Amino acid sequence: MTQLQPSSPASANETGAFLEVRNLSVKFPTDDGLVSAVNGMDFSLERGQTLGIVGESGSGKSVTSQALMGLLKGTSAQVTGQALFQGKDLVTLPESRMRQLRGRNIGMIFQDPLSALHPFFTVGEQIAEAYLVHNTASKKQARAAAVDMLGRVGIPSPEQRYDEYPHHFSGGMRQRAMIAMALICEPELLIADEPTTALDVTVQAQILDLMSELQQETNSALILITHDLGVVAEVCDSVLVMYGGQCVESGPVDEIFYDTQHPYTLGLLKSMPTLNSSARRLNPIPGQPPSLLDLPKGCIFSARCDYAALAGDGVCASTRPGLVVEGGHGTRCHLDRRQILTLRNTR
Amino acid sequence: MDTQAILHVQNLQKHFPIKGGLFSPKGSKRVKAVDGVSFSLARGQTLGLVGESGCGKSTTGRMVARLMDPTGGRIVIDGVDISQLGGRELYNFRRKVQMIFQDPFASLNPRQTVGTAIAAPMLAQKINPSGGMKNRVKELLEQVGLKPEHYNRFPHEFSGGQRQRVGIARAISLNPSVIVCDEPVSALDVSVQAQVVNLLQEIQRDTGVAYIFIAHDLSVVRHISHDVAVMYLGKIVERGPRDELFHDPKHPYTKALLSAVPLPDPNAARLQQKIRLRGDLPSPANPPSGCVFRTRCPLFSTLGEEQQQRCITEIPAPASTAAPACHHSGMAAAALADVQ
Repeated sequence: MTQLQPSSPASANETGAFLEVRNLSVKFPTDDGLVSAVNGMDFSLERGQTLGIVGESGSGKSVTSQALMGLLKGTSAQVTGQALFQGKDLVTLPESRMRQLRGRNIGMIFQDPLSALHPFFTVGEQIAEAYLVHNTASKKQARAAAVDMLGRVGIPSPEQRYDEYPHHFSGGMRQRAMIAMALICEPELLIADEPTTALDVTVQAQILDLMSELQQETNSALILITHDLGVVAEVCDSVLVMYGGQCVESGPVDEIFYDTQHPYTLGLLKSMPTLNSSARRLNPIPGQPPSLLDLPKGCIFSARCDYAALAGDGVCASTRPGLVVEGGHGTRCHLDRRQILTLRNTR
Repeated sequence: MDTQAILHVQNLQKHFPIKGGLFSPKGSKRVKAVDGVSFSLARGQTLGLVGESGCGKSTTGRMVARLMDPTGGRIVIDGVDISQLGGRELYNFRRKVQMIFQDPFASLNPRQTVGTAIAAPMLAQKINPSGGMKNRVKELLEQVGLKPEHYNRFPHEFSGGQRQRVGIARAISLNPSVIVCDEPVSALDVSVQAQVVNLLQEIQRDTGVAYIFIAHDLSVVRHISHDVAVMYLGKIVERGPRDELFHDPKHPYTKALLSAVPLPDPNAARLQQKIRLRGDLPSPANPPSGCVFRTRCPLFSTLGEEQQQRCITEIPAPASTAAPACHHSGMAAAALADVQ
């Protein structure tokens, strides 16, 4: 079910952003109550840019992408807010219009290529189908386009591979086939949900290189959803860190890594072992993520935050901080930037 | 540090027969999942076993725990070759090697309380802890950072990280000399992963247990291991002390593997020398002749014809701590710099 938000007067023409998401929320009714999976996301994206959405399981990153793709329509999910894609609100767009956009203008790559590919059809047919749906073309032309695309994503002897079934392909090749399928209509926006998580590092490196190359060729926008901060550092221009369905920090990739503002992002970076820091003990974030059924009244991260006591007056537990953006770098924290800076340097 | 090895693995092999068709009788072809693996492990030390999926690292771990029977080779623990044990002797051996599995959701019986699950190995080994079984289990729960009152809870009441702690409690309940950890943190989120890694290190410090730590995440392996062995298509291509292997990898495969790890540091990522391997892992049913890595080796194309012939026809000597399993590793560094 979708609800119309009392829309702010701004239409797409005024903002001009390629993709502008405003106050996007997704709630799922369950037997135990309302699960707030996404709580008021705001972000925008331009063509040619790569946005990384990072967070742990249950932080709402995949649900955000499903809402953008309109994949929650017809389910019990309650989607509110706006997602303006070239002026069209993806949240309220009827399914018939959405079908035209999906595949043509917005492509999606899923995590598990084996369950996303149909085992009864050849890989080539499935790629050609995407082409046929959105173009008036003969089957022969579609085949030619699919073969060409298979070649472009680096599958050797694409002419023969066209007629093979998904089980003939290795994991890396299946993911290449998925990318070929998503890109055959050259969408302007590509959403990749954990595209390399199921792959080995050597193959992951190939796939990430391939995605960046193709993105540069077509000047498309890319939303990369991942839990791997290494992948983010490697390919993204800007980053959005999610926790408990909220964006807790967002900004250009260098600022997120070198001028970290939010205690959760700091915690994530400190809990990661890296290739050149073997001696130190890892600093895990204590505790568990909050239940989305019953989010705390104050800051969602306060229960696990080392610095919550510093803000004084128990403000972290009582009031939820808003996203404060300064120079393109946003953070959702009661502590001011000077306090964070001293903390970052002392620990 | 006590460096006496408690585990010696020599030339370990595991071959699986490929089911034959009409014209190829069963057993005529074999997949060499593990083909001549050797290493040793000292008390209180951790050996990291890394490689891509299908390289044989899990099979190796399972053979050490004798969950799989080796086709050949020796596994010597505390001076006893356990590779061919059976019956009573195998039963007695079980308490020396325990295992922690990857998936904390699949490795616990949903109908068993956590207390029963942790007591199971002690019951199976007919061990009566002084102070009673229940107290011992509660002690173990506390040791892994859970609460004694969790005793009567069921696995579904726990998060992934907590379940993995239950798995750890079960593994240490028999005071084993070696624990085989098969991807113990790869199903966990980063913040929780760090908690479990720290716990494993604390337990090792307290009890002197040795770990075989199998993982595909090289940063975790680097963090926890003392020695690292890199596997490719059933063989160890390079092994050695952690810092040496990570700072100065000698085998072209190790170099490529390390350079493929995405660094959580944008500046370092931009500077990182990237060696990209082409293609996928060859099928272990039909491995390349000579050096198994030659089909993807970035060094291979830079070699002269005579040197290439050597890679194609001659199997490199198994990796030792002194030298990797490569005919041309001496020139690898210089040549790879040129490739880039």
